[in-house]
Amino acid sequence: MTQYEVIVVGAGPAGIAAATAAARSGCRVLLLDENPAPGGQVWRAGLPMPQAQVDGEAAKIRALDRLRASGASFLFGYSVYDAPAPGVLRAIRESGEAADRPNRGEPHVTSLGYEKLILATGARERFLPFPGWTLPGVFGPGGLQALVKGGFDVRGKRIAVVGSGPLLLAVAAHVRAYGATVVCVAEQAPLARMLPFAAALWSRPGKILQAMRYQAALRATPFHLGCWPVAALAEQGSDKLTGVRLTDGTRTWTQDCDLLACGFHLVPNTELASLLGCALEDGLVKVDQQQRTSLAHVSCAGEPTGISGLDAALVQGEIAGLASAGMPTGSLQGRRAAERKFAKRLAAAFELRPDLLSLAQPDTLVCRCEDVAFAALENRSGWTDAKLQTRCGMGPCQGRICGAATEALFGWKQTSVRPPLIPVPVSALLYPGFQPVSLKESE
Amino acid sequence: MPEDLVTVSLNGSAIAVPSGSTVAAALLNAGLPCRISVSGERRSPLCGIGVCFECRAVVDGRAHGRTCQVVVRDGMVVETEQ
Repeated sequence: MTQYEVIVVGAGPAGIAAATAAARSGCRVLLLDENPAPGGQVWRAGLPMPQAQVDGEAAKIRALDRLRASGASFLFGYSVYDAPAPGVLRAIRESGEAADRPNRGEPHVTSLGYEKLILATGARERFLPFPGWTLPGVFGPGGLQALVKGGFDVRGKRIAVVGSGPLLLAVAAHVRAYGATVVCVAEQAPLARMLPFAAALWSRPGKILQAMRYQAALRATPFHLGCWPVAALAEQGSDKLTGVRLTDGTRTWTQDCDLLACGFHLVPNTELASLLGCALEDGLVKVDQQQRTSLAHVSCAGEPTGISGLDAALVQGEIAGLASAGMPTGSLQGRRAAERKFAKRLAAAFELRPDLLSLAQPDTLVCRCEDVAFAALENRSGWTDAKLQTRCGMGPCQGRICGAATEALFGWKQTSVRPPLIPVPVSALLYPGFQPVSLKESE
Repeated sequence: MPEDLVTVSLNGSAIAVPSGSTVAAALLNAGLPCRISVSGERRSPLCGIGVCFECRAVVDGRAHGRTCQVVVRDGMVVETEQ
């Protein structure tokens, strides 16, 4: 087992800032991420970008240069799947062995020891079930952006970007720069909710500039506020996407498209924090001003502590890195407090409208892994009951997609997180300390 | 702009794809769904970031690989459920 003073899980902006700060303070640091390269979602590495997108890259390049010069070690392409003992993580590399190696196809498993752990596990998109949302060609907006950065060719495709959150405009501008036609952007939040948010942006020149850049890129694109999808449409007798039905509550119309990007803002990735036993509050990892969780040796930075975006992730990550190295963070606390305020405004602006919770029809699938329909779930008493009776949330994603949906639809809370955090081969579980079932578990 | 290409096998067809692409992107460009759901629906990637597991396919003999997290390599063999 390799031992580090500080391990940072997640190499997005928060993790990069944390690892850089801790390593520059003299700690032996490991930065780990399941992606093949650092950047996380907002700074995702990928194929060369069109010129129109490059100007947003300066901050990323600067941060990555500082990271490389910091002396931190890296482990990319590895996923943490268990924390079998205090101070120990187990991680697996699912692929990446050269095809000509004799052990090709065999995952590589490693144990990593830490004194201080910083969780920077980011967020994922929230998906709400509506008829047609499982069709090929329906993506999360951030998902589509990630796939395009990974080489998905969207030139000439007509794309509708719908749902909720600041990501919609960013993704619309992004896919447009890659040659797609954005046929519309539809945000479920009404103008009345967006105005206070827009007003708050005026105190933040960087964010205004970014918003103006998106607006300029999307001049000709219809932008609807207070408008949401009710169904994704396919050709008769096929699963080929043809369009999306949109409504503003009084009028409903069809918007033709080849691809549909639909997601409803973000939900934090708190699985590893839960597995470790960090306290959560309202679904977020509870932290103090130094980003310390309820566990003395574990900190958390970025989206798991509250959805608040890039700038918050950077300042929280730096605080977590410095504090883990025993360094002062006083000079950063003003920025931290300002970003906490911004997070609250963000949550209020993009709050889900109740209409979205009645989109699913009885036969609409809610759990995509196990194909569990809405009708099978609506009379269940809670998350555990649904799992036991219907297999909802029992598939490979382990409820990461349907859990956020059933929480919104039915108010169900996911009751426990158990190892392995992701599906792994049995061979990866053959070690002392692996406990598939927690004896403390209740409900 | 000349692109660096690698050759991968997608369901038996040799296809040249830009080096650095993800397997999921290569499958999408080839018009291939990744998997068949338990009730028989064809599925393609949803989240693009390794969370939803809709992009699972057999990569170099290993089942259930999350193709959105795997970068293509020359000679890689990918098989999807059909």
